[in-house]
Amino acid sequence: MTRSEIIEALKQEFSHLPGTYIEKSVYEVFSCIAETLASGGRAEFRGFGAFGVKKRAPRVGRNPRTGKQVKVDAKMFPSFKCSRNLINRLNKW
Amino acid sequence: MKSSDKEIKTLTKAELAARLHDKYGSKRDLSKATSMRFIESLFQKMEKTLSSGEEVKISSFGSFIVRKKRARIGRNPKTGVEAKISERRVVTFRSSQALKNDLNGI
Repeated sequence: MTRSEIIEALKQEFSHLPGTYIEKSVYEVFSCIAETLASGGRAEFRGFGAFGVKKRAPRVGRNPRTGKQVKVDAKMFPSFKCSRNLINRLNKW
Repeated sequence: MKSSDKEIKTLTKAELAARLHDKYGSKRDLSKATSMRFIESLFQKMEKTLSSGEEVKISSFGSFIVRKKRARIGRNPKTGVEAKISERRVVTFRSSQALKNDLNGI
């Protein structure tokens, strides 16, 4: 399922709402999550899962083509832990 | 940015709904309850899709993928007792390059 398919499904369910409202809202949801994470926050959605930010340590890597060593800086990356609910449903527990 | 500089905020469904209401809903005379139902429905749709084993792709954000984990022998970290962990399916998130860039101020 893609974002546009989600938007289509929501348009059918909320047929009384203007389509542009639905589109903008869905885009807003994901940019809101991204913004929160970018400012170091967390996002937690009951029944779905939780997003956080973790730090990757700096390391010495290697250019795979030349074999030269290169320093790779520390960087932040998003983490996601899916909810118990989702795991239970996926495994039909 | 150091997260210790300010309190760490946690975004929730209720906050998302309030934000949608302030930004788009109030102009259109929609109730706050409508925004909340909208948010709930959005997450329910994603949950339903993932529960069926199908992935959810959000371009320039990331994709949620269902992966199968093999059964393995684990250990209770507290007691050290070994236990069999059954085969299971889990949801993982693969973030897009755009989101990674956002987090690193690129």
